[in-house]
Amino acid sequence: MDRASGFWKSVWTGLQSRYLSPALITCILIGGQVTFGFLESLGQTLTAILSSVLTEFALGRLTWGVWPGLISAYITGISVGILIRSPLFWPYALCSVLSIASKYVLRWRGRHLWNPSNFGVSIMLFLAPEVVAGLSIQWGNTLSVMVIIWVLGSAALWRLRRFHICAVYVISFLAFALIRCAFTGQAYLTSIAPITGPMYQLFIFFMITDPKTTVLTRKGQCFVAFLVAFVEMILRLNEAIYAPFYALFIVGPAANAFEIWRKAKATTDEHG
Amino acid sequence: MNREDSGIEERRPNRVVRILVVVFFGLLLVALGAMKWGGEQEEKVSGTGSERYGFYLKEVGKQVGIDFVHEAPVLDAKLDHIMPIIASMGAAVSVVDYDRDGWQDLYVASSRRGSLNRLYRNIEGTGFRDVASDLGVADVNRGGVSMGSVWGDYDNDGFEDLFLYKWGRPELFRNLDGKAFERVTETAGLPGWINAGSAIWVDYDCDGYLDIFVAGYWPESLNLWDLETTRMMPESFEYANNGGRKYLLRNSGDGTFEDVTVQVGIASRRWTLAVGAADLNGSGFPDLFLSNDYGISELYVNEGGKRFVEMGEQAGVGRQPKSGMNAAFGDVLNRGDLAIYETNISQAGVLIQGNNLWVPMGDETLRFENLAGAMGVDLGGWSFGAQFGDLNNDGALDIVLTNGYVSADGSGNYWYDFSQVAGGHSAIISDAKNWPPMRGRSLAGRQTKRVWVNDGAGQFVEVAQAVGVQDRFDGRAVALVDLWNRGVLDVVVANQRGPLLLYRNTVRAEANWIGFDLFGQQSNRSAIGARVQVFWNGEVQVQEVLGGSGYAAQNQRPLHFGLGEGAAVDSVAIRWPSGHMQMFYTPDVRRVHRILEN
Repeated sequence: MDRASGFWKSVWTGLQSRYLSPALITCILIGGQVTFGFLESLGQTLTAILSSVLTEFALGRLTWGVWPGLISAYITGISVGILIRSPLFWPYALCSVLSIASKYVLRWRGRHLWNPSNFGVSIMLFLAPEVVAGLSIQWGNTLSVMVIIWVLGSAALWRLRRFHICAVYVISFLAFALIRCAFTGQAYLTSIAPITGPMYQLFIFFMITDPKTTVLTRKGQCFVAFLVAFVEMILRLNEAIYAPFYALFIVGPAANAFEIWRKAKATTDEHG
Repeated sequence: MNREDSGIEERRPNRVVRILVVVFFGLLLVALGAMKWGGEQEEKVSGTGSERYGFYLKEVGKQVGIDFVHEAPVLDAKLDHIMPIIASMGAAVSVVDYDRDGWQDLYVASSRRGSLNRLYRNIEGTGFRDVASDLGVADVNRGGVSMGSVWGDYDNDGFEDLFLYKWGRPELFRNLDGKAFERVTETAGLPGWINAGSAIWVDYDCDGYLDIFVAGYWPESLNLWDLETTRMMPESFEYANNGGRKYLLRNSGDGTFEDVTVQVGIASRRWTLAVGAADLNGSGFPDLFLSNDYGISELYVNEGGKRFVEMGEQAGVGRQPKSGMNAAFGDVLNRGDLAIYETNISQAGVLIQGNNLWVPMGDETLRFENLAGAMGVDLGGWSFGAQFGDLNNDGALDIVLTNGYVSADGSGNYWYDFSQVAGGHSAIISDAKNWPPMRGRSLAGRQTKRVWVNDGAGQFVEVAQAVGVQDRFDGRAVALVDLWNRGVLDVVVANQRGPLLLYRNTVRAEANWIGFDLFGQQSNRSAIGARVQVFWNGEVQVQEVLGGSGYAAQNQRPLHFGLGEGAAVDSVAIRWPSGHMQMFYTPDVRRVHRILEN
């Protein structure tokens, strides 16, 4: 009886972890759209989700000969559907395809290097600025929705044992904002204004904390989060509007590559 | 937290497929790169605009005696650090034949306290002379400053009267037989202070007297020259609801106006920058479309001239928050119904809202879909005023759009700082002191204008450079008018801190046209709200006489229809605001028909 109960408990726990992220991002999507209509359009977001899922399905099947899990593609699709803004449909589809394809192409020693949606969104913002911009809107005019999302997101991160990444990044961002103020003479509130928007929440909850594209050690994760905030500060001082995406685009894969290289070297040394 | 793992087992990949995927991935990136770096080359135009598109525009303002340069407001010193973006409005132009001599004149607004507005009288096509001071409508920028003007014959005496809206006290000037203007603001009972973004004349209850709709932009409690607080900015870039109130002022018929806004169900406090009135659902009563900055648009459907019901969301036009700055109506598909052109902001790499072209779904319901992207009129920079008009007389309505927000003298741009604060929470964005100082930087300045030619089959082609529109001023208002009575639409553009531009249009001679100058009898004398349908060559186009259109502008009151080469008109149907219908068969083309309501 105990064994059976333990089994079901572990299944339930597994399910909770497995579906925590998609559940949270679905809540953000639905909540944001129903309360504030924050999407460019539902059709465009559905295009992103569908493109993402179909690409994952096709590439997973053709490349590896397996039926891939589609949860990650679903999350990527929603992230893309929320994070980029364009009056056209094709950028949503293309961004999703690039995001998913990056997992299959930009790999080293069995690991993909970039967070998929970070790769796709950064590439689109950099290469297609004529038709694509980033999410820049707010959760309406009330604090309550923003606070709810922060609380839910933080609780989910805690549950997944990744809250430390979020905490280090946010503290670093707030501290570096002071340095930016010293350089630019801006009001501190202005410097931290971007982090009050949903773009940062998605960035923090679904990009810098992505288990597959963060380094493995806790200390390393904290250091990388700090480094992302630092590079972001440099980019912000150079007036890069999408600084967080570009910072993660630069730091994330470099950190992963370094870790992979070090691990491989250690293995070689061990055997050599 | 994102579990963006692929579910991929660490198996050996199919090498052929992997290579194909890598190639495909690379090609996508190359294609995007080509779009970024290859797309910056300007189109090489062969031939002149006249040869290719059937018309050519030449700026002739100074040559014909127009030497006006707009002066911007200078507001409370607490706003000095962001003054260029706060004081970024006021350039406006409205068209009127104020003296009924058969030649269209221009009224132009300036916005510095004490600066003078101009009334350019059209001297029978030989040039223009400013008569504003002589007639008493020049020195009006006291008690607030001008933001725009609209003309309508509110007392039905046959002469168009002037309503001037301001950041400040609105003014009404009665036209005394085209010889002078009498200021009747107090006796008319107008509100004391409105920080207005837009206004129109509209006979909302079709009682034969023109009413006034004024849309507040800043809250009316603010004196922008003497602020008590800097917490006066929009509370959000997308969901702001703390703007100025709206006013529907009903004309009592005795020279006074009554505020019936609440009574008819209008309660918006959005940041309206443009308002348009046209019968969008065929009810015979004009509906109101509000193009709102910092939020969604609103559509107030007129229920029998008794009340308005806001149906923006149901109609599809009020779902997505953008930065609405224009409201113009045009039958772009020649189907006998009116689309709405609403401008917004598009800045590469920063903010791609895209303009909206709200085209009726064509069913029995009042629903619109945004076809701006599909028809190629979505990206217009930081767009302000735009108008529909058949520039080449080919029978399809084209679009002229002006744009550009703040062109400063210094180097650098303000976009980064703007994006920081615009994305911030209400507590941050709503306080002007949190907005970073501009320090002489531009924001969406020196932009190229747009002239979109309608191919008649649902696509527009951008031809501004090719047809001679090459200015880069910070454009605000556009008005279309036949200034030389030649049967073509010329283009007038009012620029913020810039000159009034007058683009004279030269159109291929073979293209036919027809015009209608309407005068109401049971309906209001200006015939504002009259609906004209022209049937020719199996086509139909509808236009309405409007009491204001675009942004801070009013086109000429006579309606102009291009017809195409050698075309003749089969019939014309006029529906007057009174409900009367008039039909004409095979009217002469190439002339303006003066029609009195029967």
